[in-house]
Order: sequence, then structure tokens, then C-alpha cells
Amino acid sequence: MNPFAYDRPDSVESALQAIAANGAADTGTSSSNAAANQHEIRFVAGGTNLLDLMKEGVTIAPQLVDINRLPLDGIEATPDGGLLLGALARNADTAYHPLVEQHYPLLSAAILAGASPQLRNMASNGGNLLQRTRCWYFYDVATPCNKRTPGSGCSANGGITRQHAILGTSEHCIATHPSDMCVALAALEAVVQVQSVRGKRDIPFDQFHRLPGDRPDIDTTLAPDELITAIWLPPALPEAARFARHSAYLKLRERLSYAFALVSVAAALDIGEDGTIRAARIALGGVAHKPWRLPEAERLLEGVLPGGEAFGRVADALLHGALGRGANDFKIPLARNAIVRALQMASRGTVTNQGLSQGEHE
Amino acid sequence: MHAPSRCPLTITVNGQQHTMEIEAWVTLLDLLRERMGLTGTKKGCDHGQCGACTVLVDGRRINSCLTLAVMNDGREVTTIEGLARGDTLHPLQQAFIDHDAFQCGYCTPGQICSAVGLISEGRAKCAAEVRELMSGNICRCGAYPQILRAVAQVAGVPADSENAEGPVVTGTVPA
Repeated sequence: MNPFAYDRPDSVESALQAIAANGAADTGTSSSNAAANQHEIRFVAGGTNLLDLMKEGVTIAPQLVDINRLPLDGIEATPDGGLLLGALARNADTAYHPLVEQHYPLLSAAILAGASPQLRNMASNGGNLLQRTRCWYFYDVATPCNKRTPGSGCSANGGITRQHAILGTSEHCIATHPSDMCVALAALEAVVQVQSVRGKRDIPFDQFHRLPGDRPDIDTTLAPDELITAIWLPPALPEAARFARHSAYLKLRERLSYAFALVSVAAALDIGEDGTIRAARIALGGVAHKPWRLPEAERLLEGVLPGGEAFGRVADALLHGALGRGANDFKIPLARNAIVRALQMASRGTVTNQGLSQGEHE
Repeated sequence: MHAPSRCPLTITVNGQQHTMEIEAWVTLLDLLRERMGLTGTKKGCDHGQCGACTVLVDGRRINSCLTLAVMNDGREVTTIEGLARGDTLHPLQQAFIDHDAFQCGYCTPGQICSAVGLISEGRAKCAAEVRELMSGNICRCGAYPQILRAVAQVAGVPADSENAEGPVVTGTVPA
């Protein structure tokens, strides 16, 4: 880890001042082949990803601003019926919060499918959104990587691609976003609340993470001088409550626990009294540079009865244009089957992360 | 704009308060092992992937390799050295001996601190849940069945509860 300066502000205002020097532009560096955000002043909260990247020399920060003393760790209902998850609330406290368990079981299940109990005790909600890909070429500073060193090339493309993306890739980057929590947040249409010395703004979840395009060094639309203050979940009543009755998070990985997803699916269904689907939400993890969601594919389920054939059509629409690169070819049929199965699980009832419907759980 | 390279730190470790100045880039793990001589906590992978460095901070289990010492200013840390009361072992330490829950022992301090955290979290109600909620601690010797029995015994959970051997629902999480 490189030596760095360290600050420990106790107010949002002083934290924002401390990072204001990064500026608002998405390329905050003077050197043309240095990646955006790589040599900037960085906030540290849980530290579980940032400190790991600094140990590897992937991230080199001249200064860390420790935000753990900011009053951003609450989880509370908002007057409009939504739920505000503080950026500094820990992943474990979020997953086990009674309001999250009751109204957003999909989010609880997704968080508990990720990392380990120790890491979930440390990792913050804001930091979860900003964690970087676990592409092994990105982590290996001896290999070219456009995300780490723009213009140096992509070692994954043509390399060992078992963990890599099948959707939304570019010739410059085929990395995946590693988060489970973000897959559920995408399905729940969360909103990311951010703040800088320039003011506050809200970022809809589908606009928070980016596809790699020709700038894979930039993961998100968060500006270098902005702080995530909270994640807002839309009202749990009445519509989301119907989703809460029929949701499931299915995660397929190399071992039963404590591994990143090869493919994951967050599925939620709003099923009417006549048994037909009123609305559906489906987000995929492990397949793209961001949680993958296609509202037009979800609309294929509106007005139809739950069933394997309808679910298969949605899966085909979601995976339209999927491209394997050898070792990750298997992800295309794996994702199709996982989508169908997650929707079948959701149609039977809310599936807890234990694989049991809530009715069966007691 | 730069803060001084050494930062003030007050931290309580196993009941003893320490005040010092320390470089910001020293992890809690390195503070414990290299500065305080508490080598019970182990450095396995140093990347949060193995759990050997697990300690309790304000009673919660964490990976001490992925937090800076200065980020824990004002907090109380408990390591494996702080669990026994005099010559009386912590019930988990005794259970690990009784169940032969280790071979080389390198992961054991982390396993035991993790199990202390697991029990105080109170989420594990059956053996399958103990196993899932201990998944942050890797044992290279593969002593998992014995570790499960030791932790389950102290947690008051039947080690052979049917969920432990029930059908695995692929893609879901048992806790």
C-alpha cells in the first residue's frame, strides 16, 4: 500500500470540502494514460474493496478521507412510503433490518448471498455500489487492462474468460460488476442520492453504473467530487408489496458460499387475483458491466399466466445479443435456465435466501 | 491539504487501552501482530478471502486485514488472546479441543473469533445455518465437520439437525 494522508471529518460538509479538489469532471487526472479516479483523493468507509485494491497497487490514492463518523448510517422510512438506506449503514445491518426483511425481501436475500458475515459487517451500502470488478486481469498489474490503464488493451478478451461478461461488452472491456446487492437494487428501481460542494442530485439506479464502451476506466456516473449519502427504495405499498409476495434471488457460483456469481437473477412478480402477471422485474448479475435489466423484456410477461414457456420467452429477450468468448460460453444457457427458474421460484411465493417460500419457512 | 503521516490513535485491545501515533496505512492486523505482539491473529491471504485475521471490533466480527488501524480509533478490539479468563478457556476454545476441530491450527483463532461473532449475532438456528454463517473462514486442512460440531455445540444448535444434510437448493443460501 502506498503511503497516503488521512483525514477523519465528522460532518458531510467537511467531507465534501476534503474531496472537492478532485473536481467534477469524470477524468480527473492530468496524465492521459492514467485511469479516471485512480490517483484521486478517495473516501473510505468499510474499506473492504478499496484497501484490497491499494494493497495490490491497482488503486493509488494520495489521501483517504475516512467518512465513518458522518451521520449517514440510518435506515428509516420516508414520508412518501419509501425506505432510505444510509450510505454508511453496513450491509449486514441492512439485510437484517426488519423493514427491509418485511418489504424488500429480495434485497435481504441478495445481500446475504454476497461476501461473508465478516465482510458484510464491514462493507457499507455506498461502498457496495462502488466496488470494482474482480476481473483477474484488472487485479494483475503486470497485465494490460483498459480499466486500469486506458489504452493498454484488454487481456481478458482472448484470455481466460470464465468469469466474464456476455452482455453489453465492448472490445475494450468484458469485465462484470461483482455486486449482488446492486442486482436487487436494480430490480427494485432504487435511487442513489449523492452530494458534492456543488449541490445534491438523485441518480436512478439504471443510470448509476455504466457499460464499458470506450471508457472502461469509468464504472459509474458518480462524479469524482461526489459522495453517496443514501439509497432510496420506492414505496413498499401498494405496488412493491405485491412484488414482495413473489420474489427470489438466485445465485449460481463455483462453490456454495463466499464466491462471486457466475450468473445471478433477481426476480419479482406482481401477480393479480386472477393469477395473471400484472408486472415483472428481472435483473441479472455476473453477466455485464452493470446489473442487466430490460424493461421491454419484462413487459412480455404482463397479462400472461406464469409458466415455463412465457418465462423462456423473457429469458430469450433478456439475453438477445449475448456473446460468449470461449470459456464463458456456458453462461448463456446457464443464464437462460437461471432466469426461468428464478421466475418459477418467484411465482410460487417469496423465496427467502434459504430457498424456502415464506409459507414453508415456519 | 495533507494530513500528517502519523495519526493519533486510541484503541482498546483485550481490555487494555493504548494511545499512540501511527502511520495511516497500517492495517489493524499489522498493528495487532507487529506493533502489539499479539500474533494469535493470523495473516492468511491479507485480502479478506480466508478469515484467518478475524477479530471482534465492538463485539462484531470483521477481517482485520481490510481495515486501517486508524479507522478503529475509540473502538474496542477483542482477539483470540482476549477470550480466556485466566486459565479458564472460552467455551469455544474448549469445544475446539473437545471436537478436535483443527489440524495445523493456523485458521483456528479466526474460526473461534468468527464463531463468537456468529453466536452473538444469534442468526444460526440449525447446522446448515452455522455452516453458511461460518463460510467466511477457510480451513486448508478441511476440519469443517469438527468445526461445525464445536460451534454448533456452543451455539446450542444440534450439529446433526436435518437441515444440515437436507437437499441443497442450488443457487440459494442456507442462512
